[in-house]
Amino acid sequence: MGRSVQDSAISGISRRTVLKAGAAAAAFTVVPVAAPSILRAQTPAVKIGILQPVTGALAHDGDLGRLGAELAINEINAAGGIKALGGAKIEMLFGDARSTPEAGTQEVERMQAEGVSAIVGGFASPICLAASQAAARYDLPYLVDVGVSDQIMTRGLANTFRFSPGFGKVTQVALDNLTAINERAGKPAKTVVLVHEDGLFGSGLAKLLQAELPKRGFEILETIAHPTPARDMSNVALRIRSLNPDLVIPSNYYGEFVLLARTMQQQRIKPKGVYAILGGAASNGRFVKEFPQAAQNVIDCNHWHDPKNPKALALRKAVEGQGKSFAYNVPLNYSNLLLLADAIERAGSADRKKIIEALNASTFAGHIMPYGPTKFVNGQNEGATPINTQIQGEDIKVIFPEAFAEAKANFPAA
Amino acid sequence: MYSPQIILEAALNGLMTGAVYALIALGLTLIYGVLHIINFAHGALLTCAMFAVWIAWAWLGLDPYLVILPLVPLMFALGYGLQRFVIGPASHGDDGNILLVTLGLSIVLENVLLALFQSDTRTLDTDYSFQVVALGPLLLSYPRVIGLGVAVVVTGLLWLVLNRTDTGKAIRAVAKEKLGANLVGIDVPHVYAVTFGLGCACLAVAAGLLMPTFYVNPRIGGAFVLVAFTVVVLGGMGSLPGALLGGLFIGVVESLCGLLLGDSLGQIGIFLIFIAVLLVRPTGLFGAKA
Repeated sequence: MGRSVQDSAISGISRRTVLKAGAAAAAFTVVPVAAPSILRAQTPAVKIGILQPVTGALAHDGDLGRLGAELAINEINAAGGIKALGGAKIEMLFGDARSTPEAGTQEVERMQAEGVSAIVGGFASPICLAASQAAARYDLPYLVDVGVSDQIMTRGLANTFRFSPGFGKVTQVALDNLTAINERAGKPAKTVVLVHEDGLFGSGLAKLLQAELPKRGFEILETIAHPTPARDMSNVALRIRSLNPDLVIPSNYYGEFVLLARTMQQQRIKPKGVYAILGGAASNGRFVKEFPQAAQNVIDCNHWHDPKNPKALALRKAVEGQGKSFAYNVPLNYSNLLLLADAIERAGSADRKKIIEALNASTFAGHIMPYGPTKFVNGQNEGATPINTQIQGEDIKVIFPEAFAEAKANFPAA
Repeated sequence: MYSPQIILEAALNGLMTGAVYALIALGLTLIYGVLHIINFAHGALLTCAMFAVWIAWAWLGLDPYLVILPLVPLMFALGYGLQRFVIGPASHGDDGNILLVTLGLSIVLENVLLALFQSDTRTLDTDYSFQVVALGPLLLSYPRVIGLGVAVVVTGLLWLVLNRTDTGKAIRAVAKEKLGANLVGIDVPHVYAVTFGLGCACLAVAAGLLMPTFYVNPRIGGAFVLVAFTVVVLGGMGSLPGALLGGLFIGVVESLCGLLLGDSLGQIGIFLIFIAVLLVRPTGLFGAKA
């Protein structure tokens, strides 16, 4: 009962007020476990909740996200843990979001009960939305690893941070880059078909593209929605074939992207380009390895590590050495953990409010994404940006922007 | 609008998907026709068969089509055993009980699979999964062409078994007049179990045909059984040709609706037909007058 009274009181206070009051409030935190002197004396571990969907439709992504988090935690602990807390180790408390928002929320409740200092992950937008909201009730810092829905950051939740770019930013950059790549190739692409999954992620993206593409001189021939999981892409492929567009822009998750690419290959549909925006498999090593023919020349505008960062390259080698693919989930979760550890270090405490404060003041540059130092405005990292990759041969190469490019764009696809 | 070629291709795709729906409906309608029960465990049994195909592929490296051969007798035995030792005894001769027993069975099976395999979606990949058969300008998916062929053959075989063998005669006799069949010395519990086994054997074939292009998770059966119920209602409860034609028809409707309305709304046509048939012709296309 006391809980709900407290909630309604908090919701009346603006985010700013909460932050300003943060330092004072932290000193009077009622949670008994947060007695700092005792903590420091025994250097107990700092518990971090890692939330990923490792079963269900998104299991593949969740696995990679967990891997990135694990690698970062191992590295931080091997390097002496959190020094401001007397070398306290980070203890990972893993929760399986089972690919549904409900399960994600359940796991947040469990992590809360087990006393975590922060939660990282979620992967899909619906899971991130629900889980961050659940965490907000306990003022529990929540770092969104991938979830791109703009809604996640516009609810004014003081506990929620996103290191990676959101929908608005990704589509903006994706469209700018597409226009630039197309112009450089002599404007071969004019007509477009959008293929999107009918959930929060795909529909939101399709709506943005429908508004923006015509302004940039592209004609949208049709927008095709499909469910997740999809049983079959024959109908989608048939429609693409009958429309014969220059460009296909898919936005969906891994299984459906692979099914679409393979069905297009089966139906011998060869547009001038497949330009994915946040494509589920378009920059995924497993896709390239298993179906190299269907994957050839697919361009993606997505989260990607900085290919010129030596730390990123070393991590990539280590991950690939384990026989796993270095999809964006790995460097994003890895970077998020480093970012969080830096915040805990500067907060000098495992206290939730102090960590939130430290994250808000963060100018962390030790991550491996092409973002520059972090700067959070209302929880969103302003420097975050996607970059363009293309599947060329058996590798995924960065092709745009030039500052990070490893290869030239093969567009229009030969 | 779409060119006739695209529409034709979508219709053919639907026809081939419908063949698998027909196979699933075949088992359902057979069990209904003889035992006069709706088998709610049908979907869960299909899921079991699909997992069996996946396991044979993932662990033993067997081709999904080859797995059909040993899986048919295995599923037959499973179905026979279930009816003979679980469903039959538990029902105490009351049809209402049978309904509940099969419902319970489906919950048990699904949850056992969930415990064993978690809710992960699994796929298998063969060389021919995405191959096509070129028919003039039409590109037809190879596994679906196989599916259509096998479904027609299996329906034919089942028809032969029912019409040309002594067991088939006994099954038909029990379906028509249980008491009379009993009086002339037909072992009714045995015939019931054989029928249930045949229904499950159909699922084994359907599972083998589905897996090269489809995926499996512990809840997948439900999606098919809902469609299969519609097929059974459309074709007429207990009618084999009705199940085949109904399945093909539903497949085409689903595919065309998917093409015209979008895949998210593809199944709406199926359920409209379901309602329309119940209103206009409750006995279905080939159903006996109730």
